[in-house]
Amino acid sequence: MSDAAVARKIPTIGAVAWLRANLFGSWVSTAITLALGYIVLRVGIAFVDWAFVNAIWHVPYSKTGIAETAVCQNTKGTGACWAVIVDKYRLILFGRFPYDEQWRPAVVIVLFVALFALSTIRAVWRKGTTARWVQRVALAGAGLIVLDNAVDLLLIVASVGFGVHISDPLAPVLEMLNTIGKCGLVFGLLLLWPAIGVWVATLAVIFMLMSGGILGLSVVPVDYWGGLPITLILATFGLAFAFPLAVLVALGRRSTQMPAVKTLCVVYVELIRGVPLISVLFMASVMFPLFMPPGINIDKLLRAQIAVILFAAAYLAEVVRGGLQALPKGQTEAADALGLTYWQKTGFIILPQALRLVIPPLVNTFIGFFKDTSLVLIIGIFDLLTMGKVALSDPPWQSFSTEVYVFLAFIYILFCYGMSRYSRGLERELNSARGR
Amino acid sequence: MSDDPRMSGARAAPKRRIRLSWSDPAFRAIVWQIVIAGVVVAIGWYLFSNTNRNLSARRIATGFGFLDRVAGIPIGESLISYNPAEDTYGRALWIGVLNTLKVAVIGVVLATLLGTVIGIGRLSSNWLMAKLTAFYVETIRDIPLLLQLLFWYTMLQGLPAPRQSWRIGDAVFLSNRGIKVPYLIWETAHTWAFYGFVAGTIGTFLWNRRANAAQERTGIRPAVWPVGLAAMLGLPLAIWGIMGAPMAWELPVLRGFNFQGGGTVSPEYFALLAGLVLYTAGYIAEIVRSGIQAIAVGQWEAAGALGLRRGAILRHIVLPQALRVIIPPMTSQYLNLTKNSSLAVAIGFQDVVSIANTTLNQTGQAVEGIAVIMAVYLTISLSISLFMNWYNARIALVGR
Repeated sequence: MSDAAVARKIPTIGAVAWLRANLFGSWVSTAITLALGYIVLRVGIAFVDWAFVNAIWHVPYSKTGIAETAVCQNTKGTGACWAVIVDKYRLILFGRFPYDEQWRPAVVIVLFVALFALSTIRAVWRKGTTARWVQRVALAGAGLIVLDNAVDLLLIVASVGFGVHISDPLAPVLEMLNTIGKCGLVFGLLLLWPAIGVWVATLAVIFMLMSGGILGLSVVPVDYWGGLPITLILATFGLAFAFPLAVLVALGRRSTQMPAVKTLCVVYVELIRGVPLISVLFMASVMFPLFMPPGINIDKLLRAQIAVILFAAAYLAEVVRGGLQALPKGQTEAADALGLTYWQKTGFIILPQALRLVIPPLVNTFIGFFKDTSLVLIIGIFDLLTMGKVALSDPPWQSFSTEVYVFLAFIYILFCYGMSRYSRGLERELNSARGR
Repeated sequence: MSDDPRMSGARAAPKRRIRLSWSDPAFRAIVWQIVIAGVVVAIGWYLFSNTNRNLSARRIATGFGFLDRVAGIPIGESLISYNPAEDTYGRALWIGVLNTLKVAVIGVVLATLLGTVIGIGRLSSNWLMAKLTAFYVETIRDIPLLLQLLFWYTMLQGLPAPRQSWRIGDAVFLSNRGIKVPYLIWETAHTWAFYGFVAGTIGTFLWNRRANAAQERTGIRPAVWPVGLAAMLGLPLAIWGIMGAPMAWELPVLRGFNFQGGGTVSPEYFALLAGLVLYTAGYIAEIVRSGIQAIAVGQWEAAGALGLRRGAILRHIVLPQALRVIIPPMTSQYLNLTKNSSLAVAIGFQDVVSIANTTLNQTGQAVEGIAVIMAVYLTISLSISLFMNWYNARIALVGR
């Protein structure tokens, strides 16, 4: 406690002291506090009034089912019309997916969130208890499928044995082999690398839920997909495919023995990073059809997905290259001295260390691309933002764009804030580990 | 090097010859490079031949000949004269490039100013200031830019019509047609005053160098600011005064349903600029904050011990050092802002992407249209990178 403080009996701990130190430290600070405080209060009260006090949540509907928004028009400017969200949230979230089947995209959203949440748990990526648990589930699942198919096979064999005529006895067997092959791939991955296996399995389930056609789910063509699942699909599939490509490109760019490969990688990365995402998306929407031989038509969503992958890979490659450069040269030399081959050295020594260094910037790049998927609006793909605009094109709701945009912003903030919190936590952890 | 006793008698490593064997890494590298290059060339050739076949099947001529044809695209705002009935696609695209640059240059300047203020605000000792700026940075960076642009654009659309516009006196009008401001009628006196300003700036720069030299020699620095004020402000004002001090304003006047005369900031341009500046400022603020925080506390304390005030410490001690940390990420933010200006196409501001898009829809020249967009952005990106690299090298720490 300083002498002056003692003399003037000013408390140095407690609420008053905190206020003196942080809000009214000097004349300038006091002026800033008063001015900002006034603005915050005014804006805050106005916002609460608009968003909650004067807000309208429901509007009556005419006999033909058209919303009568006269109430909302009257409170426009003073109260939010959340009725537009109540009326349109399913359109915005799920797009034009068949109404009765909309539980499927809802489950897909939950699966995506669960996948992200699971991936933030370190134990999943280690070969520990969680991994063993995943492996047990995988084994059980594989066992069930094998059992199911074996029973089917027995039934076929039995019916043939009992003289029942089957037109093409080979067809069901081939189908069975196909199922076992596909499931075998997923379960094999789950057993070998549980974390990657969980990703592949979840993405496969998501794809099946969206497109249908198996397990009695009706087929829904890609044209009817829309809303939040499209945003999540573009971002997640985009990054899942871009990441391995990015690692290869980053390695290629660092290559000393292969100047031709290095040149290719440099040109690719610099070319993509020099142009806006829009131009790459335009390329996918108008130029890609010209690239294909006549008669082959690739779906618009897939084309946009490829564009996002190629674009994201260039940016991720630079992040990964940063990690590769940060690694001391001794690591490479020691691996060489042990006589490891290039891929052994890269896979076991270099990448595990380099990637760990760049996890925080990687997550930041992920956040960037999650937001950037909204650009597909410009080439007419029905992602979350586009569905918001579609909802606003309904005549009764046309003038309530603010409410819809606030709702969309809230969803984006939810996802991005979650990711950035995770990234900051990681950064703190890494810094403290490095400090020791 | 050759003085090192350990090196005496050492021989240069024998030059290795490449063996034609799979166990020789050098040989393998060559084979792999040939294979990869071959695959890339084959894919490229395949796509190229497909494109050629498709284009000839659709009877679309290739090449940039279309640039000389009459465009007929109506363009709302342009820095150079344009007549859709006479001017070519080439000129229309050039207008698009200028519009892109107009947004990018002004956007970069404003975003840097706002971002620096917010970044310093985050380090403020005032709790409210620090929390508010942190909230701003966190929120603005979590909302897609395109959503923000659409938001600002519809907000501007929701402004009253010209007849009921908000106004400041009889000079500035804010309506759903944009912001109308008085327009200075430009005369020769203004041009000469501008030349005077340029000359004054150069003069101040030279005087500053002389002052530096004098300080090196004698330790006493001649005052720079009176000379700068006189040269950069006094000289142009004097020229302008001698030439009769012309100052005529063209005021926007409401005629019928819209304004006549005056200068306009269109709602499209304003929404794009506001969105880009507010969004990019969030990123720049973080760069500035981390740059300042990267400077050791000892620098502040040492400068404080020398008796410098807080502002002087920031200006003379901390910022010059922080700039070294700040410049590289700042460069990529400038590039991002420029590339993000291409989102103009979503709100109808006619930048190069928007005009190229219209062009390729009208002519069917998809390949050339996208080539134009990419070439323009690559040129801009490369120029910004080169300039910032030069600036970075200039301020970099000179090592031993």
